Amino acid sequence: MNPIWTLLPPLLVIPFIIGFGERFRNLREASIIIAGIWLLYLNNQLYNQFVAGNAITSGELPLLAHFSLKLSVEPMGLVFGLLASFLWVVTTVYSIGYMRGHDEKNQTRFYVCFSLAIAGVMGAAYADNLLTLFVAYEAITIATFPLVTHAGTQKAQNAGRLYLGLLMSGSIALLLPAMIWVATAAHTLDFVPGGVLSDVGLSQSATAVLLALFVFGTGKAAIMPMHRWLPAAMVAPTPVSALLHAVAVVKTGVFVLLKVVTYTFGIDMLSTTAAAQYLLPVAAFTVVASSIVAFTKDNLKARLAYSTISQLSYIIMAALLATTMSVTGGVFHIVTHAFGKITLFFCAGAIMVASHKTEISQMKGLGKTMPITMGAFLIGALSIIGLPPAAGMWSKLFIAGGSLEANNLIWIAVLMLSTVLNIAYLMPIAINAFFEPNKPSDQSGAPLANEWQEAPFASLWAIVVTSSVCILLFLFPQPLMSLIGSIQWR
Amino acid sequence: MNTILGLYNYWMVIILMMAGLYILIARYNLIKKIIGLSVFQTSIFYLYITMGKVEGGTAPILTGDPATYSNPVVHVLILTAIVVGVATTAVALALIVRIHETYDTIEDDEIKAIEMLEEDS
Amino acid sequence: MIATQLPALQIIIPLFAAPLIVLARRSELAWIIALVANFLCVLVAWDLFQLVNEQGIIRYSLGGWAAPTGIEYFVDTVNAPLLLLVSSISAIVVAYAYHSVKKSIDSTKHYLFYAAWMLCLSGLLGMLITGDAFNVFVFLEISSLSTYMLIAFGNDRRALTASFRYLVLGSIGASFILIGIGFLYAATGSLNMLDLAQRIPNASSERAILVAFSFISIGLMIKSAIFPLHAWLANAYHFAPISVTAFLAGTATKVSLYVLLRFLFSVFGTQYNFEYLLLNVILLPAAVFGFLIMSVVAIFQTDLRRMLAYSSVAQIGYIVAGISLATQAGITAGYAHIINHALIKTALFMSVGCIIYRLGHAHRPSLDNLIQTMPLTCVAFIVSGLGLIGVPFTGGFISKFTLISASMEKGWWVMGGLVLVSSVLAIIYIGRVVDVMLFRKQRLPNPMPQGRNEAPLSMLVPMYVLIGLSLYLGVYGSETLTVSGEAAKQLLGGFR
Repeated sequence: MNPIWTLLPPLLVIPFIIGFGERFRNLREASIIIAGIWLLYLNNQLYNQFVAGNAITSGELPLLAHFSLKLSVEPMGLVFGLLASFLWVVTTVYSIGYMRGHDEKNQTRFYVCFSLAIAGVMGAAYADNLLTLFVAYEAITIATFPLVTHAGTQKAQNAGRLYLGLLMSGSIALLLPAMIWVATAAHTLDFVPGGVLSDVGLSQSATAVLLALFVFGTGKAAIMPMHRWLPAAMVAPTPVSALLHAVAVVKTGVFVLLKVVTYTFGIDMLSTTAAAQYLLPVAAFTVVASSIVAFTKDNLKARLAYSTISQLSYIIMAALLATTMSVTGGVFHIVTHAFGKITLFFCAGAIMVASHKTEISQMKGLGKTMPITMGAFLIGALSIIGLPPAAGMWSKLFIAGGSLEANNLIWIAVLMLSTVLNIAYLMPIAINAFFEPNKPSDQSGAPLANEWQEAPFASLWAIVVTSSVCILLFLFPQPLMSLIGSIQWR
Repeated sequence: MNTILGLYNYWMVIILMMAGLYILIARYNLIKKIIGLSVFQTSIFYLYITMGKVEGGTAPILTGDPATYSNPVVHVLILTAIVVGVATTAVALALIVRIHETYDTIEDDEIKAIEMLEEDS
Repeated sequence: MIATQLPALQIIIPLFAAPLIVLARRSELAWIIALVANFLCVLVAWDLFQLVNEQGIIRYSLGGWAAPTGIEYFVDTVNAPLLLLVSSISAIVVAYAYHSVKKSIDSTKHYLFYAAWMLCLSGLLGMLITGDAFNVFVFLEISSLSTYMLIAFGNDRRALTASFRYLVLGSIGASFILIGIGFLYAATGSLNMLDLAQRIPNASSERAILVAFSFISIGLMIKSAIFPLHAWLANAYHFAPISVTAFLAGTATKVSLYVLLRFLFSVFGTQYNFEYLLLNVILLPAAVFGFLIMSVVAIFQTDLRRMLAYSSVAQIGYIVAGISLATQAGITAGYAHIINHALIKTALFMSVGCIIYRLGHAHRPSLDNLIQTMPLTCVAFIVSGLGLIGVPFTGGFISKFTLISASMEKGWWVMGGLVLVSSVLAIIYIGRVVDVMLFRKQRLPNPMPQGRNEAPLSMLVPMYVLIGLSLYLGVYGSETLTVSGEAAKQLLGGFR
């Protein structure tokens, strides 16, 4: 099968979304779910073919003289593609409940941009070379911009401006020259196991500069100081924050870095030179600093946003450590963090819809009225922290193992410190929800009812699915591990 | 001495050219600017004609015996250039008439002042 | 029979259409004649393009007088694509112009407008096709004189002064070229470009060649609005009728750039320019300061036409930067950007034209929330704007990528970086407009009725044809690059 087919469902559904529009909104959303399941099926087909040992590539579209757009399937992309398509279905179900419960405007535009972004993510996941990845990266930026400004308020516009400004200027001013540099030095942009830069004679400082261009140019990976857009983008509707700013968009960022480290530089080249050593402290600083900032935020979505920044830098660290184990952990962490964080965002949205609370200080005792939501929140939190019985533990373990492999214990200390901070900023929310008395909140005035007051069924269903995946991945990591294990390192 | 008198024509070309450019830049009156432009262009015509002149040469008419003759090509070129110059002057004068109609002045500094006001409003 | 006369037909068709239009007088008829003549031009250019690709260089002696005595038309891989480009852009803009002209120009003058347009087109095509140095000057003046006329058709009275100032500067530029050609003739005794290219290395007076070179370069730099000789451009583009601006933005400066390329590389030769004279000491700062300063200036413009005019000067800077590299890759990039920028900028001005058609002006603060009333126009502006920034799948990306990689190849890292800085500036000035169009609540009382109020279809369709064309060249960018690569090879190799 040609991987280009994966672009088809999200693109093909757009005319249906527009055609059905607001008048037939059930049909509109049904068509999106059908497209989502179709996409998931296609990705699964790719997986089966890949496991059967077939090389799967698409045709080429020569965009520039020697460089063309091309898709192909390799383990890392497969993980990302499967993840994004699965979560697209779940998020669509969730957003049906959320958008209607919240009575959002312009839902058709919302779904169109969403589908476009998913098509972009598929292009990124199966990119065969840096140029294709760059094109998909830009496409995602543009497609998600209307989602950030969806609310149309002044705040949303400012956020949109920051979003577009930071991501676009970062990619054009840093990522693009990095790509052109690779093209000039290696005369190829293809992703090759073992990298293409190892024998082109780049000096160590040049390698460090090039790597820095990639790390900072990939604004979506949100390493400090390129992280400003992420908390700002939280003005978007919660499903957007959930799928895009916890999964698709930010993961495209770190995915770019993992791909580049593995297939452009090659992990051997990075682990034998000191080029990455200059950048590791920045990533470590981001991990710790954003955890501390998260601790100070009272708005739940803002806290989750800073938590995302911190978790993304785990993956950046994993990429920069450049050992087989750490990169394995990085790819694994893409998945586990995705499920954990999307659960948390879903919960935040559910709380907002059901009880109109956005601040953490108002959420005490909420476990009595929304037990399912808060239970799922607890599981998600555990996964982010990295405690059993949630999947986050595995990936953190691998990243820590990677830093052992690189003989660098200080990064383990950073991970430990961050874990403590994670506990400090996530656990109280869940604990207070269940064990604090149910106080009437000051803003709403009315005391909370003692009966269940959960979010709409569609949203609740999505929350249950993602949180159970967190546990399932803890119990059965083997299929995912063997897929990641089939990455060709050299 | 020879550099001055022998190249008399070329010195005149330079003087005319600079005079033309000076008028073009220094005068505010649009008509005078166009006069400057014409002087400037005319100096180029001189330059061409001078180039083609051969000492003792005659008009290039085929008389049978190979006489020394001046280069005819430059004359042809300059005929074309003169036509172009006249056309330019005509267009410029037409524009000046229209400018006079709408601005009531043909002084460049006054026009600029009027335009500054317009931009402010 | 016709096939052998194609080079002459390319010029003669628009040249004869002009008096025909004057005779026709009725404005609809005038428009139809202009359109038909223009499409014939496109056909001829397409045939020439194909012929050159198949057979190589076409040499055509005008009136049967053999070169170097007679005037020769010369079509090769450098000018054939540009002939096609210029005639296509003109055809599309003429088709677009009908309603816009009808609304903004007195109906008794339409026939003069279209006649001037045809003259301008034949002048531009002539500059492209001719292989005779003096003939370049003649065609340059034909196109310039008709351009002055076209600009003066503008609604605002400032169009008259803009036209006058352009006339003065343009005439100085043309006269400089004339002086330069005179010196070349004095030193070599020839006007034919091929002949000149062979004679210049053996010329008796090196100083005459140097003087000729300087005058011609400066003259052409004025005509192609290379920073800092761009002063005429902003006012001319701002106050001309918008269809004229769209036409000129895509063609006039590009054709002058072509002539500059022709003289620099084919006539004087790469070695002469860049190794002996170190021309890039002049051209490179002009290019770099051009695209940086003019992008900054563009940010602060509130009128869209003026903003795009300054952006044009900046984009010309990219082209010159490519030229000043003087390598195969650099010239390929510059040439590709001539093509891509011509398409993109024309489309941008056309979308501004649609806005002006409805609003009467293109003042940025009054475009609040325009997407509600003119969605198609706004989408056109945004898509073309992305092309200007250089987003993938647009032509701008292709040429910018090539330009940066060419400058890195030569080791000019700083220039590559500065090109990117100026791209970021482009994000700002395009972004400000997009921001206003999409998100601002109405600030000024809206003179327009509520609801959809698009420009007429006869304006939208040509605009989208052009955008489709530029997107096609963005996706199949290697085609542009192949054509540009051939052109660069031909330029660097001298006349063959």
